[in-house]
Amino acid sequence: MSDNLYLIPLLPLAGFLINGLFLRYMPRRFVSLIACGTVGLSFLVSLFLFLELKGLPAEFRVIRQVLFSWIPSGDFQADMGLLLDPLSAVMILVVTGVGFLIHVYSVGYMAHDHGYGRYFAYLNLFTFSMLVLVLADNFLFMFVGWEGVGLCSYLLIGFWFEKKSAADAGKKAFIVNRIGDFGFLIGMFIIFWQLGSLDFMIVAERAPEVFLAGGTVVTTVCILLFVGAVGKSAQIPLYVWLPDAMEGPTPVSALIHAATMVTAGVYMIARSNALYILAPEALLVVAIVGAATALYAATIGLVQNDIKRVLAYSTVSQLGYMFMACGVAAFTAGVFHLMTHAFFKALLFLGAGSVIHAMSNQQDMRFMGGLKKYLPLTYLTFFIATLAISGIPLMSGFFSKDEILWKIFSSEYGHTAFWVIGVVTAALTAFYMFRLLYLTFYGHERMDEKTKSHLHESPRVMTVPLMILAVLSIIGGWIGLPHIFGVTNFFEEWLAPVMAAGGTHHKLASPMLAASAESGSIELLLMLGTLAVVGVAIFAAYRVYRLKPELADSLASKMSGAYRLLLNKYYVDEIYGVLVVRPIVYLSVFFWKIMDVLFIDGLINGLAKLYEGVSESLRIYQTGRIRSYATAFALGVALLIAYVVLA
Amino acid sequence: MVNITAFLLVGAVLFGIGVIGVMVSRNIIVLLMAVELMLNAANLVIIAFSRVQNLMDGHAFVFLVLTVAAAEAAVGLAMVITIYHNRRTINIDRYNLLKW
Repeated sequence: MSDNLYLIPLLPLAGFLINGLFLRYMPRRFVSLIACGTVGLSFLVSLFLFLELKGLPAEFRVIRQVLFSWIPSGDFQADMGLLLDPLSAVMILVVTGVGFLIHVYSVGYMAHDHGYGRYFAYLNLFTFSMLVLVLADNFLFMFVGWEGVGLCSYLLIGFWFEKKSAADAGKKAFIVNRIGDFGFLIGMFIIFWQLGSLDFMIVAERAPEVFLAGGTVVTTVCILLFVGAVGKSAQIPLYVWLPDAMEGPTPVSALIHAATMVTAGVYMIARSNALYILAPEALLVVAIVGAATALYAATIGLVQNDIKRVLAYSTVSQLGYMFMACGVAAFTAGVFHLMTHAFFKALLFLGAGSVIHAMSNQQDMRFMGGLKKYLPLTYLTFFIATLAISGIPLMSGFFSKDEILWKIFSSEYGHTAFWVIGVVTAALTAFYMFRLLYLTFYGHERMDEKTKSHLHESPRVMTVPLMILAVLSIIGGWIGLPHIFGVTNFFEEWLAPVMAAGGTHHKLASPMLAASAESGSIELLLMLGTLAVVGVAIFAAYRVYRLKPELADSLASKMSGAYRLLLNKYYVDEIYGVLVVRPIVYLSVFFWKIMDVLFIDGLINGLAKLYEGVSESLRIYQTGRIRSYATAFALGVALLIAYVVLA
Repeated sequence: MVNITAFLLVGAVLFGIGVIGVMVSRNIIVLLMAVELMLNAANLVIIAFSRVQNLMDGHAFVFLVLTVAAAEAAVGLAMVITIYHNRRTINIDRYNLLKW
C-alpha cells in the first residue's frame, strides 16, 4: 500500500485534468462525480496509509517515495519526492477529508452557477497543490505546492471575475502573497547555501551540527521562512488579503481561506521545527506577531457586519493563535489547533454559506435575524461550531485552545503577557461569535418580504457535510486530551517523532512550575480562569445582542471613535494605500510613461526615424539615368586619380 | 622612333572624348561608340608601351581586347535593338525604369 503514496496527490490532479479539459462536453452530474470522486478516493487512500503508518513502531513511521529526480545539477539535488510521516499524515487527512466534504457541499451550493465545471476544476487543482505542499519531502517541492495553492486561491477568489471587487481581491491576494514568497525563497537559498540540501530530513539532521544555536544565520533563515508564513497565513502585516478574499464563493472561503491553505504557514513552521528550536529570537518574533495578530484581528471581528468578514477576521485571529503556539516551541499544540480549527471553521463558513444561500446572497447581518426556525439544521450545526470556537468544554476548540494557553504560560519560551493576550483573544472570540449567532439566528427578522418568502433550508447535499463537520467539531479534540485528565495525549505522542528535534519534551519555564505541573493544579486553575472569562464574554454578548438589541447601537454611539476605528479595520488598507500602493503606482507610471514610452521607445523609434530621414535624402540620387551614373563614376575616378597622383 | 609621349597624348585625348561621349550623349548608339573609343584608346596606349619595351605581350593582349570588344559590341547592339523594339526610342534618358 505504501507504494501508492503518489495516488493521493495524483487523483485530484487527474480530476482537474478531466474536468478542466472536457468541462464543455460534460454534464454537471459527471463533473461533480469526477471532482468529488477523485478527492474522496484520495481520502480513502490517505486513510489506509494513515492506518498503515499507525501500525508501524513510532520511530519507523516514515514512508518515503521518490517519484523521480527533478533537478540534478551538480551539488544541487531536488527530487519530486513524497514524505509521509505523522505530521503530513494529519495534514493529508484534514485536506482530503475536509476537502471532500466541501466538494460535496459545493455540488449544492454552486448548482446554479454557470461556471460549474471551471469551479470544480480549480477546486481539484487546489486539492492537488495542497497535497503536494504537505507531502513534499523537500523545501523546493513544497514551494511548488505553496505557489500552486496561491495560484488556485487567486483563481477562486476571482472566480466571479466579472465583478470588479472580486477581480481586485484576487490580485491583492496574489500580490501580497508574493511578498511573503520572496522571504520564503531567500530563506530556502540560505538553507541550501549553509546545509547543502533542501531535504527536510537532511536539514533537520545537519542543522544542529552546522548552525550555532541562537546564531545570526539560523535566526535569519527562520525569520525569512516566517515571512513566507506571514504572507500565506495572513498575519500582521500581510493579513490584508484574507478579509478581501471573501469575494470568492463561500465553500472556497471554507476550504482555502479557513481550513487548509492559510494553515500552510503553520505547517511549514512545524515542519521546520528543527531550525526554529535553534533560533529562540526567531521564535520570539513568531510569538509576538502571532499574539499581535490574534488580538488585533479579534477586535476588528467585534464590529464587522458582513457575516463572512467576521469569520475571516476570526480566521486571522485563530491563525495568530497557532503561531503563538509555534512561537513558544509548542509546535504540536499549533498543529492540533490547526486541525480542530479546520473542522469548526470550515463548518462555520459552510453554515454561513447555507445562510447566504437561503438569504438570496445577502451577507449583511443587519438584514438577517430569526433564521433559527427557517434553517434548523444549519442553526444547530452552526451553534455547535460556535461553541467549539469559543472553547466550551468538551468541544474540540476547548482542548486545542487550552493546550496552547497552557504551553504559552508554562513554556520556557513563553511569557505571561502572551498568555493574557491569549485569554483576552479567547474572550473576544467568544463575544463576536455569539454576536454573530444572535444577529443571524435570533431576534427580529430584519430581511425584506421577498427574501423572507424565499427562505429555505439547504438541500441534503449541503446539510450532510455540515452534520459530519459538526460531529468532528465536537469529537475532533478528543484525540489530544490534556494530561491533567489522567489520560495520554494521543495527538502529542503521534507527532512526537516529527517534533523530536523541536523538543517533544516540554521544557518548563521554572522548577516551581514543574512541580505543580506534575499535579496539574496550575493547569486546571488556568483552564477554569479562561473559562470564566469566556463565560463572561458570552454573557455580555447575550445581554447586548439578545436581551437588549438597542444596547448595541447606544454602545456604538457612545464609543463612536473606537467603533469607527474598528469598523474601518484601523484604516490599515488606507494606510497601506498611501504608504505602499500609491508610491508603487506612481513609480510604475514613471517607469511606464517616462522610462518606457519616452526613453526606450523614443530611442528605438528615433533610431528608425534617423535611418528613414537619411534614406529619404539619399534616394534622390538614384535617378535611373545611366548618364548621371556614368558622370558620377567618371568624376569619382578622376578624383581618385588626382588624389593618388597629387598626394 | 616616335616619342612615346605623342602616343600617350593621343590615347588620353581619345579616352577623354570617349568619357565625354558617354556623359553627354543621349543616343544609345553613340554611347556604345564612345565606349569603343575608350577601349581603343586603351589599346593604343598598351601597344605603345609594348613597342617601347620590345615585348610581344602587349600585342597579344590588344588582340584579346579587340575580340572581347567585338563580342561586347555584338551583345550590346542586340540589346539595343530589343530595347528599341519595346520602347520605340534610342534616347538613353528614357531608359530610367530602375529608379526610386
